[in-house]
Amino acid sequence: MATAEMTKTVTLKINGIEVKVNEGATIMEAARQIGVRIPTLCFMKEDNEIGACRVCVVEVKGAKNLAAACMFPVSEGMEVLVNTDRVRKARKTNVELLLSHHRMDCLSCPRSTNCELQTLAVEYSADQFRFNTTEFGRQGSEVDATTKHLVRDNTKCILCNRCVAICSKQQDVSVIGRNKRGFFTHIGSAFGLPLETTSCIHCGQCVAVCPTAALRERDDTQKVWDALADPDKYVIVAPAPAIRAQVGEMFGMPIGTNVQGKVVAACRMLGFDKVFDIDTAADITIMEEGTEFIDRLKKGGPFPMFTSCCPAWVKYLEYYYPDMLKNHSSCKSPQGIYGTLMKTYYAEKIGVDPKNIFVVTLMPCTAKKFEITRGEMVENHDATDYPDIDVTITGVEFARMIKTSGIDFASLEDADFDPVFGIASGAGHIFGASGGVMEAALRTVSEVMDGKELTKIDFEEVRGNEGIKEATYEIAGQKIKVAAVATPAKVKEVIDAVRRGEKDYHFIEVMGCAGGCVGGGGQPQIPGYLRNELDIPKKRASVLYNIDSGNPKLRKSHENPVVKEIYETFLGEPGGHKSHELLHTKYVGRSVYPTKELQDYLDKE
Amino acid sequence: MATKAPVFTAEQFERLDGIIEKYKEVKGSLIGVLQGAQEVFGYLPPEVQVKIAEKLDLPIEQVYSTSTFYSQFFLTPKGKYKINICMGTACYVKGAGAVLDQFARQLGIKPGECTEDMMFSLDGCRCIGVCGLAPVLTINEDVHGKIYSDDVAGVLVQYPKSE
Repeated sequence: MATAEMTKTVTLKINGIEVKVNEGATIMEAARQIGVRIPTLCFMKEDNEIGACRVCVVEVKGAKNLAAACMFPVSEGMEVLVNTDRVRKARKTNVELLLSHHRMDCLSCPRSTNCELQTLAVEYSADQFRFNTTEFGRQGSEVDATTKHLVRDNTKCILCNRCVAICSKQQDVSVIGRNKRGFFTHIGSAFGLPLETTSCIHCGQCVAVCPTAALRERDDTQKVWDALADPDKYVIVAPAPAIRAQVGEMFGMPIGTNVQGKVVAACRMLGFDKVFDIDTAADITIMEEGTEFIDRLKKGGPFPMFTSCCPAWVKYLEYYYPDMLKNHSSCKSPQGIYGTLMKTYYAEKIGVDPKNIFVVTLMPCTAKKFEITRGEMVENHDATDYPDIDVTITGVEFARMIKTSGIDFASLEDADFDPVFGIASGAGHIFGASGGVMEAALRTVSEVMDGKELTKIDFEEVRGNEGIKEATYEIAGQKIKVAAVATPAKVKEVIDAVRRGEKDYHFIEVMGCAGGCVGGGGQPQIPGYLRNELDIPKKRASVLYNIDSGNPKLRKSHENPVVKEIYETFLGEPGGHKSHELLHTKYVGRSVYPTKELQDYLDKE
Repeated sequence: MATKAPVFTAEQFERLDGIIEKYKEVKGSLIGVLQGAQEVFGYLPPEVQVKIAEKLDLPIEQVYSTSTFYSQFFLTPKGKYKINICMGTACYVKGAGAVLDQFARQLGIKPGECTEDMMFSLDGCRCIGVCGLAPVLTINEDVHGKIYSDDVAGVLVQYPKSE
């Protein structure tokens, strides 16, 4: 192949073993080829290549100082030693220095046994008291628990910069950064203000990449325990699509294990009165969003229409493109639809006062914790004194509940959802992967508009983990241009191209996290080395696509019998009056410069 | 904080606009803009940093991260007389710490702050390179050498409170 010839290879020796790699590769990459994994606490491929943590140091023959393997490029004839006494001692000392400021409440720390710093401390037999200090963290080390979705505890921060890098490079909001310098350096927001006052979109990617417990999801499990213990509460729970593709990881199962049946079984054992499926609500989302899209095609716009399932994306649009709110689908997210239907349709069906129904959702996402507090989620229907969804917990919190209650998750027998709201089409299941919402919508929109059965049900062009996927489909004689985009950084590229007139689309699916919900901020934290080596969202997404293709009889939202029944007996027509009242929403333009909260602060000063 | 934020004039903001306009299209010009803004306002108050972020289309955090990284940028107002006590090694071993404390006591402010009448601001600074005069300090452009804590009152009276 021509390109292979054009790439120069370099031969070097690592621990005396010869290895050939492409020019420009780092020592870390070369070492991986001979089966050596060099540790790192800061490195994230492309996003955070700054050589900050110094636990990857190696000896390079002829060089006076140790080199950072994550950054140091290989060269012809180079000789590298990655496991000498000097290397081990240097790494150990560097870990000990990191521990000197670290508040080590490891016994009950939520990241214990899954903490990258702890792992290294064990591997290098670090003496945690060698540079012991009673002052943990640095200036600005106060705990920030102002947001609905996460807690920042700088007494556990090692300044690896991963959170700052992902917030800026992928999530494109840069609401946190390194403030001050030297000993006073700390991660925080502008003017040392709480995160809640910034244009944070609650995506939780900072939590997902944090090597320690400096950033973690807000733990709302106690609210769930309380509800389960309350005899007056009728407690129902439902997992999002991606949950069944990732909770197994918290119990030692390989990444990409389908645990849908075990999740349902665990929920029953925890004592939930009913176990439903958010994927059913995803099918209803398609009915509403699809109808809205068809309507826009008839009316001629406004295009592009954006999907509205992802609350991080919704908030990003509100902050950065408030003039494009009209392009947004007015449809609530599957979680939003689920919550509303539980407190209206389902409450009516079982004759229970919605006040006494306690709705819990399991989400791979921290932004969903914010979403349930949005105005329209608490006051859109007749009753205003209770929220649609009472608590949202992430897969990590859910796994914690299972562990606390002593349930042996891995050996649970698979169980089925309660059928009233527990049957979903394949289209609903694939919502958890980037491109899934688009594919689900296209399946329904094509059949409705063409008036005949689809010959090809897989819309493979919009699948996969690339940040931007584009395709053109012919539906009812019309060329429909679509895109599926993940991460705000990528959607900014797309929107800016649309505004410059270089691109035009009819329909764009946007997800706030790379890979979609299967890469969400509420996922189990995966060590950095695995994140760098594996395509984790892809492995998780395969679970959802396998569920979809595994049930060929039900792959389209509009064929879901539960959905049909709800429209027939309760909602009426998709996009009709009742649907609009209950299942659609409004968005608010928000300002970044400055946010309202920051302006309040400035006015006070 | 003993410091009261001064009220800024429209003319100052016009000058800021001019500086931003000049640098707007130049990539990596944030430091230059911050320097210019500090010349206009004397320091970098939050609303000025927000304005710079907005006009340069940068995240506010990036501006704040930069303004708090470099010691040349001030986030609190400075007085008519800017007192800088050298904290270099030579000055420090000869008692610069006690000198700083004495100024703080007599002015009733902490290092980094400014007196309420906006006359004096007090800071410790890095080595200014005249170790022969240690402990040394500067007040605006004046250099005062061999100043010990007993000499502080004598230095302050040289700077009349009004004029």
